Amino acid sequence: MSIDKRIVDDLVANEISFVTTVPCKQLAGVIDEIEAREEIFHIPSNKEDEGMGLCAGAWMGGKRPAIIMQNTAIGVTINTLATLIQYYRMPLPMLISYRGELREPVACQVEMAVHTKALLAQMNIPTYHFHKQADVEELDMILKYTFMCNKPVAILTDANFWGGYGDQ
Amino acid sequence: MIRSEILREIAPILRPHLVVCNIGLPSQELHMIDDQPTNFYMLGTMGLSSSIGLGLALSQPKTVISIDGDGSVLTNLGTLPTIANNVADNYILMIIDNGSYGSTGDQPTYAGKKTRLEKVAEACGCENVVVCQDVDTGKTLQAAIDSKKMTVIVVKCDSGNIKLPVITMDPVVIRDRFMKAVSA
Repeated sequence: MSIDKRIVDDLVANEISFVTTVPCKQLAGVIDEIEAREEIFHIPSNKEDEGMGLCAGAWMGGKRPAIIMQNTAIGVTINTLATLIQYYRMPLPMLISYRGELREPVACQVEMAVHTKALLAQMNIPTYHFHKQADVEELDMILKYTFMCNKPVAILTDANFWGGYGDQ
Repeated sequence: MIRSEILREIAPILRPHLVVCNIGLPSQELHMIDDQPTNFYMLGTMGLSSSIGLGLALSQPKTVISIDGDGSVLTNLGTLPTIANNVADNYILMIIDNGSYGSTGDQPTYAGKKTRLEKVAEACGCENVVVCQDVDTGKTLQAAIDSKKMTVIVVKCDSGNIKLPVITMDPVVIRDRFMKAVSA
């Protein structure tokens, strides 16, 4: 089974039915799979804080949401995480492409990568780092944990997890 | 009319519906005028009233009215293409356009200068965009609700604020009360 299908199977198994995405090359296969699944309403957003607003509304409407984004978005969404998702105590799984880690070809991506875990730690956001494909085994537990505690939870997936960037 | 006068007038129309209300004075005014469990008050996060309302409308069948401001929509302009391309006919975005950032001291917004939010909404693909004057807000809003078509209303009104207290209700209480009203 492809890793993309495996991830989306876990989302569906955990009754996640509303997913917003901001594009990412590493997550393109997951986004395609989400778009293809009837169980999931896929709503692309233009910016990640907007996407978190959509997720907040969906959750209050009775759906389990998730957001898919790059780690650069942590810089965009600190205020929304603090004053909406955390302040109103809402669950939000964040499947994050961790750019700027091992096997990264674009130097600028490292500039946000070095802040990513520190910012998440500062926000007291539970954070998991998938570095090898086998790490995906924890996704199901992480999703259950997120909806148990009603918190935003970060799942950082780096280039090594995705098998590198190919010829890029 | 200023925003608080409009809210006072439309409170009976809002009452049976789910309302997501913008940060700052709009939420404080609505809370003072007609606090209801069906009101979700934003205590922070400027710009996301329209996004929260859209997510809510797409996830359950009740009518959702997002009360937003011209300044807040300018903060989150990306919301308009998302709204246009994800039609929820139980959703109304009502932009109270007074041309100023009311909660921070009435500094002018670009919507109060050359920018026309109704044209922006149309250019983004929103199909039912209505502009009305403050005195016509009630009948315009009611017509939008009755139409059962996703509608963006731009209400042109005067800038100005009244003195009123901040909301001290705990955010988790606001959210829990609101979710119970949503599922009732």
